[in-house]
Amino acid sequence: MNLSLLILLPLLTAIVILLMRNAAQVKWVALAGAAVQFVAAFVLLFQFNHQRALGDKAQMLFETQYNWFPSWNISFHLGVDGISVAMILLTAFVVIAGVLVSWNVTKMTKEFYFLLILLSLGAYGFFISLDLFILFFFLEIAVIPKYLLIGIWGSGKKEYSANKLALMLMGGSALVLVGLLGIYFSGTEHSFDLMRLSQLNIPVSVQMICFPLLFVGFGVFTALFPFHTWVPDGHSSAPTAGSMFLAGISMKLGGYGCLRVATYLLPEGAKEYATIVIVLSVIAILYGAFATMMQKDLKYINAYSSVSHCGFVLLGIGMLTKTSMTGAVMQMVSHGLMTALFFAVIGMIYERTHTRQVNEMSGLLKRMPFIISVLFIVGLCSLGLPGLSGFVAEMTVFVGSWEHPDTFRRVATILATLSIVVTAVYILRAVTKTSMGPLTTGFEKLTDATWNEKLAAVILLAGILAIGLAPFWLNDLVGPGAEIIMNKIGK
Amino acid sequence: MPGLPLFWRGNEGEAIMPNATYIALIPLLPLAGFLMLGIFGRKYFKNTSGVIGTTLLLISTVLALYTAYGYFFEYGKIDGVYQKLIPLKYTWLQFSEGVSIDMGIIIDPISVMMLVVVTFISLMVHIYSLGYMKGDERFPTYYAFLGLFTFSMLGLVISSNIFQIYIFWELVGVSSFLLIGYYYDKPSAVAACKKAFIVTRFADVGFLIGILVLSFYAGTLDFNTLIERLTSAESTEFKTAVAASFMGMSALTWGLVLVFIGGAGKSAMFPLHIWLPDAMEGPTPVSALIHAATMVVAGVFLVARLFPVFAISSPDALSLVGYVGAFSALIAAVIACTQTDIKRVLAYSTMSQIGYMMFALGVSKYGGEDGLGYTASMFHLFTHAMFKALLFLGAGAVIHYIHSNEMKDMGGLRKYLPITHITFLIACLAIAGVPPFAGFFSKEEILLAAYQSNQSIYWVALITSGLTAFYMFRLYFSIFWNREAHVHGEHKGEGGFAMMMPLVLLAIGAAAAGFIPFGHFVSTDGARLETEFHLMFSIAPVALGLAGIFIAMWLYKKASDKPDKIASSLNGLYKAAYHKFYMDEIYMFITQKIIFNLIGRPAAWFDKNVVDGLVNATGNGTKDISETIKGLQSGKVQQYAIYFLVGVIGLALLFIYWWN
Repeated sequence: MNLSLLILLPLLTAIVILLMRNAAQVKWVALAGAAVQFVAAFVLLFQFNHQRALGDKAQMLFETQYNWFPSWNISFHLGVDGISVAMILLTAFVVIAGVLVSWNVTKMTKEFYFLLILLSLGAYGFFISLDLFILFFFLEIAVIPKYLLIGIWGSGKKEYSANKLALMLMGGSALVLVGLLGIYFSGTEHSFDLMRLSQLNIPVSVQMICFPLLFVGFGVFTALFPFHTWVPDGHSSAPTAGSMFLAGISMKLGGYGCLRVATYLLPEGAKEYATIVIVLSVIAILYGAFATMMQKDLKYINAYSSVSHCGFVLLGIGMLTKTSMTGAVMQMVSHGLMTALFFAVIGMIYERTHTRQVNEMSGLLKRMPFIISVLFIVGLCSLGLPGLSGFVAEMTVFVGSWEHPDTFRRVATILATLSIVVTAVYILRAVTKTSMGPLTTGFEKLTDATWNEKLAAVILLAGILAIGLAPFWLNDLVGPGAEIIMNKIGK
Repeated sequence: MPGLPLFWRGNEGEAIMPNATYIALIPLLPLAGFLMLGIFGRKYFKNTSGVIGTTLLLISTVLALYTAYGYFFEYGKIDGVYQKLIPLKYTWLQFSEGVSIDMGIIIDPISVMMLVVVTFISLMVHIYSLGYMKGDERFPTYYAFLGLFTFSMLGLVISSNIFQIYIFWELVGVSSFLLIGYYYDKPSAVAACKKAFIVTRFADVGFLIGILVLSFYAGTLDFNTLIERLTSAESTEFKTAVAASFMGMSALTWGLVLVFIGGAGKSAMFPLHIWLPDAMEGPTPVSALIHAATMVVAGVFLVARLFPVFAISSPDALSLVGYVGAFSALIAAVIACTQTDIKRVLAYSTMSQIGYMMFALGVSKYGGEDGLGYTASMFHLFTHAMFKALLFLGAGAVIHYIHSNEMKDMGGLRKYLPITHITFLIACLAIAGVPPFAGFFSKEEILLAAYQSNQSIYWVALITSGLTAFYMFRLYFSIFWNREAHVHGEHKGEGGFAMMMPLVLLAIGAAAAGFIPFGHFVSTDGARLETEFHLMFSIAPVALGLAGIFIAMWLYKKASDKPDKIASSLNGLYKAAYHKFYMDEIYMFITQKIIFNLIGRPAAWFDKNVVDGLVNATGNGTKDISETIKGLQSGKVQQYAIYFLVGVIGLALLFIYWWN
């Protein structure tokens, strides 16, 4: 499969959207585009597995390379391994679900869908780039639409949140850029090419400086403590699809960058700073969980819980074992699906009740059995119930972390496992309070999900169950990629 | 292709166990029921869902009995020893070399016994609910949840991998949560289901860490391999696990203790028992199934599953099991004497009886005659399932009739509920340990095992058995004798055939199950264990039991003020027991005051004010600085020239300073 398709498809969709005359046309074009992306992602998965089954052992498959800026050694270099394929699948799931739940957006529909599709373009480009310069280019493409999505279609203190989010993410990108330039100028051969750089040995002194820059820079995207405060405000102000894209896709750009760029290219730095990474991720896990416990707004609950859940991604990376890294990637996919669904459900509830305050609703199960059942399932996924994706990912991180016999990592792992109780507390509190008990007066006329909402929920649930019930396919997909990264790091 | 390695392994049993795929159907049929009724029930099976669920479970029960017959009487034994067979195993999630979660089926005496118990009790509850839950608005959902629970519990007992058991363990927890919270518009039910889930989840963290510890040292998650490696003194795994120590305890002991914490949570052992009495908020048949007969014994089952490791490699961990069990048995019995809600009495009695099973394991050793406690524990698990399910279903019939859980609203019901009365009496006699009912035999074995190995536990057990007889007959006389209850409204009678048939079948079980020579089938090493009956030894417990019954009769057969007088003369102790020794209040204090106020609130505050404050400060600071320095860019050349001059002089001074 030609990977350029993954960039061209959204680009084409975006252009066609601009040509449409009315909102209905825009919506259907966006949905068709998202559906084609969805199919393309599956075709990629099957072709990838097929190629691997044929015995193709190359690190990256479907590589394509076009000269772009020869004088600076920048080329349009694309390719995927199992990790990228997993992330592409995640993006495709979230995009189609996001398009579906936005069906009722009436304000500037064309621009809204254009930005959504543009965001997906940035994400796909990011995940398939093998050249650091275009990787950075796509990272930026994925940031700008978020600013507009929140600033225009958001709610609450949207200007503040949009500014905060954009500035913090731009700050993160700036650090990434500095780190990338540091790598570029480090050796005698100036290159942005990921595959080339992985063969060159970047001097240890450069690694010591660039690793923190890159890790923190990408870490801002994935809610690395203490750079996570854009998450709650950004999510709560964003429109439903915006939150879904933000948590489901954007936060994963950071995790992917930490793994693919920072850790893979700078193994010495990764080893040197592992302790700090572990400490920060354990803080994020527990502190995020405890902070969630005190939230009263459903969106804040999910946003803070995302800080906690993304902590597992960073913990998995910081533990530097093959199993824990596989777990980190699984957690990215799982959290992406789960949190997108969670935000979708919150959006559905909000559209009906016009409140997101947990204390202002109760007994919703009676009026909207479908939506609340989905809320239950996604809540159970969040607290790590077996059979759903969260369990698989978290357990893989735990088992991988436990492979180290030293006390520090043991203690860190034990502390991280404690979060499963806190998670249970806040999830059950939120879910039971809203859905059980006597029905709030005034909510007697509420209606259950519409076709587009049901379809969105079913698509994301299918993803969650596919990982939760049969995790081996994802494990087999991601594992070899993690192993290559680990081989570079060595024991 | 590594994705789907579906392979078959019959340890040595491949030849003798030709086709065992059908065993997978035993848990899968209830799962199918869950999916079907859960997704389509409300639309298509509004009235037929009960029959569908029950039929599926009937098939499961028949298959379980068929399996049990085949295993115990046809192929299970090789050279007089029951084998552990793995008819099905399939890699679910491979972590690293040798460490993987496998979905498998293990067939050995305890798993086969549990298959029979779980399917049988669940079937009884399914049938009973046809009458009890009739007309309920969410009838299909109820049967869907029952199916989910039965699936999870069956999956748990046949797990061949320690992580697999953890998976089903959690699923059992969530189905229990769903069923306790079944009456979801009742705030007390919502609170109870949350409490049950969170308390057991807390214990599960222990279990999870325990799994990590054990699997790290054993290098596997597979039960058979793990037990093999951690019990043979020559294996390197065993040596490192015993050599590594943390805070004075070997890593192996830590692992087992942590696993036991998980078991204690599910089995409501002190101090993790607080969720069980509240769990009675669920529909009564659910209490019979989950919170009396099956799920709550999961902890006992877990210890039994790992018993060789406990007994051979870590006697310390095993004696902890013994003491926790004995203490729980006693304290629960004391509390049960003071409760007035009949379901709560039964809940505490469950906790007490599970305590028996636990300490029976705790006093046991591995192999031969010394393994009596293990056999006794499993025997008691079996008989307890019968009579406790019967007690709950009987209580359900009473509640159904009188519309109250409180003893004070009952009395004299023997005339109105004759079948319930007789079956309830049989169950009470069985739990009180009166010969020849089932509980007598199993309890006798437990006491004997305790007597042979740990005198202090024996005495606790003896006192508890007297208390048990007392509180059970207090319950019995208060419901069926005592003063006439105020029976009002329409008289529905006993609830028809669907509700009475399970009572009668279980009563037969409670009366006769004791005659099964359990040691022939279940023992620590799989070999036949002859259990003898010692007449002299039985005198003490039986006499104490009868004394308990007579005191209860004297106090409660006729309405009088004697009980109140005694209660007030015991003042402090009675009050403390009535308030369940204030355990709920202690927990409330820890969770609300300490965790919420000292951790949660400060974390949220810190995030809002300090971390976010810094972010905002950075933003505002940047703005302020730029406000200030934008005056510098005035565009006036003279001003620039002055800055330039100042700069040059400054640099010059700096250079001069450095040069000197």
